[in-house]
Amino acid sequence: MTDKTPCSINVSRKDNTLEAAFVGDWVLDAEIPALEAVLSQLDDGTGIKRLVFATQALGRWDSLLMTELIRLIDYGAAQGVQVDTTSLPEGIQGLLRLVYAVPERVGARRKETRDSWLEALGKAGLHLFKDAQDFVVFIGEMALSFTALMRGKAHFRRMDLWLNIQDCGPSALPIVTLISLLVGLILAFVGAVQLALFGAQVYIANLVGLGMTREMGALMAAIIMAGRTGAAYAAQLGTMQVNNEIDALKTMGFEAMEFLVLPRILALVLIMPLLCLYADLMGIVGGAIVTVSFFDVSLLQYLDRTATAIHLMDFMIGIVKCAVFGVLIALSGCMRGMQCGRSASAVGDATTSAVVTSIVFIVIADSLITLMCNRLGI
Amino acid sequence: MTTPCLTIDNMTLAYGDFIIQRDLNFTINRGDIFVVMGVSGCGKSTLLMNLIGLMRPAKGDVFYGGESLWQAEPDARKRILQRTGVLFQGGALLSSMTLGENVALPLTEHTRLSPQRIRELVAYKLALVGLAGFEGYYPAELSGGMQKRAGLARAMALDPEILFFDEPSAGLDPVSAKLLDDLIRSLRDHLGATIVLVTHELASILAIGTNSAFLDAETKTMIASGDPKRLLAESRDPKVIRFLTREDSANRHKPIQSNPILTHHQEPCDL
Repeated sequence: MTDKTPCSINVSRKDNTLEAAFVGDWVLDAEIPALEAVLSQLDDGTGIKRLVFATQALGRWDSLLMTELIRLIDYGAAQGVQVDTTSLPEGIQGLLRLVYAVPERVGARRKETRDSWLEALGKAGLHLFKDAQDFVVFIGEMALSFTALMRGKAHFRRMDLWLNIQDCGPSALPIVTLISLLVGLILAFVGAVQLALFGAQVYIANLVGLGMTREMGALMAAIIMAGRTGAAYAAQLGTMQVNNEIDALKTMGFEAMEFLVLPRILALVLIMPLLCLYADLMGIVGGAIVTVSFFDVSLLQYLDRTATAIHLMDFMIGIVKCAVFGVLIALSGCMRGMQCGRSASAVGDATTSAVVTSIVFIVIADSLITLMCNRLGI
Repeated sequence: MTTPCLTIDNMTLAYGDFIIQRDLNFTINRGDIFVVMGVSGCGKSTLLMNLIGLMRPAKGDVFYGGESLWQAEPDARKRILQRTGVLFQGGALLSSMTLGENVALPLTEHTRLSPQRIRELVAYKLALVGLAGFEGYYPAELSGGMQKRAGLARAMALDPEILFFDEPSAGLDPVSAKLLDDLIRSLRDHLGATIVLVTHELASILAIGTNSAFLDAETKTMIASGDPKRLLAESRDPKVIRFLTREDSANRHKPIQSNPILTHHQEPCDL
């Protein structure tokens, strides 16, 4: 690289004409002189009527010179000074012509506005209302496509259903195994601390068995599936939305609701109860491992206590809960996916909001169902 | 005006064992508008990926000036590539950023300019491509042609010496495509940049190309090169003729002026 000559601007005045001479290399990383001195000479009171440029001593130049020139020209024009660019090199003139070829469209520029907190609150409220409305609409459309399914008129590929079942069933087993086994372990340890005080270690089996079947099995399976499958649904449908694939399906005469959403919801609702059952068993195994190895209870004793403590009804409660969670996860995943905007970042937003929505729904539904069971005495 | 700017040296492109193009040798001179043309699937875009450092050629090398791109250390390669700008087919603007932020991104990351100066530079680049005042818009709010022009503004952010265009006029209407062609040509004229176009858009090729390489999908190598207008008039290769005349070789020797889109380009560009 050759050394740079420092850049500067020389101003000279002849009658009512101001000549700005550019000297040196005007390239991006150069120390640039302050333009304010030149600008102030163009002000009203100075009597300057014309601005010309001289570039005999100009070395290399790039966008830096262009931005400074544009500042001078714009400022001069605003002050009513006649700006003469004809003495500039041809390349610069050509670029200037390009810059001023398309005048700024009126109203194109946007002012950055910041809402007051009251406005922000109002907008958030309206947004929430709109969200709730969309949700109701989505459920309505879902119900319609379910009736179509019942009447045997829903159009979707059976293969998609099987693929979705495989994806949210067998493929999810390893993670469900790990998490529920560990939750069983944790439940056993937490219970053991208190029960060991009374020498009642054998009741750890009751605690783990009831805890897993009525509550934790379903909840853990649901949270895993919200992160795994709910997010995947939102991302898949969102990407399809970005690529116009959903529009393409519509023009081919498929209802997106039936073709894309129905098999996904069906798959999750069918699989979730089975996953829940599996998670229950894994949790009980986890509890057994802790109890048998640390708390002086034999495996047979543990299994016997478990068998007497839990009834079919406990399993059923967990399974019903999990089916409800399955509907909620699939609904929020698919809804967010279908509502997705048309850009890459919108897909990210849709995925995040699908997971958040489904976890909120899961917890609320869980509390309601538990409350109901408590009132009904089951 | 014949300093070599980019030299493709004995290059072979392949995906694994599947060879796309072999033994490519050509030179792109400073100030050229160089067109890489050929039928769909002949390896034009793969060649582009090899030129801009996204994919390593199976054999051979690319020289920027005298510097080898693929034998250079990763840091040196990054420095070489900073002298280039690429306009991707769909514009490839980052959708989570506004136009202003998109154009400012290379400036904020690769230079130490003040925010005020970067704002001015961004305004200037956007004005150059006819998008003055659109800083606050997100790419999704713009039409395809505007996205493409904004992509061009971003490609030019660091005043590159070489600008690569991947299918610049794909998906544009004839009028916008012509405006983009004019813009490319005047940028070349005024910025003194070298332009490499990868395209199969006949109108653009004949209108603005000053030199070219014709890649053939069957023999898997370059079968013709030179000024596209001269190729159209003089080439003897049936494939080249078929491509440049859209299989309408009877009309080959009619003057180009008969094509209304092309007539305009015969005159010096007047803005």
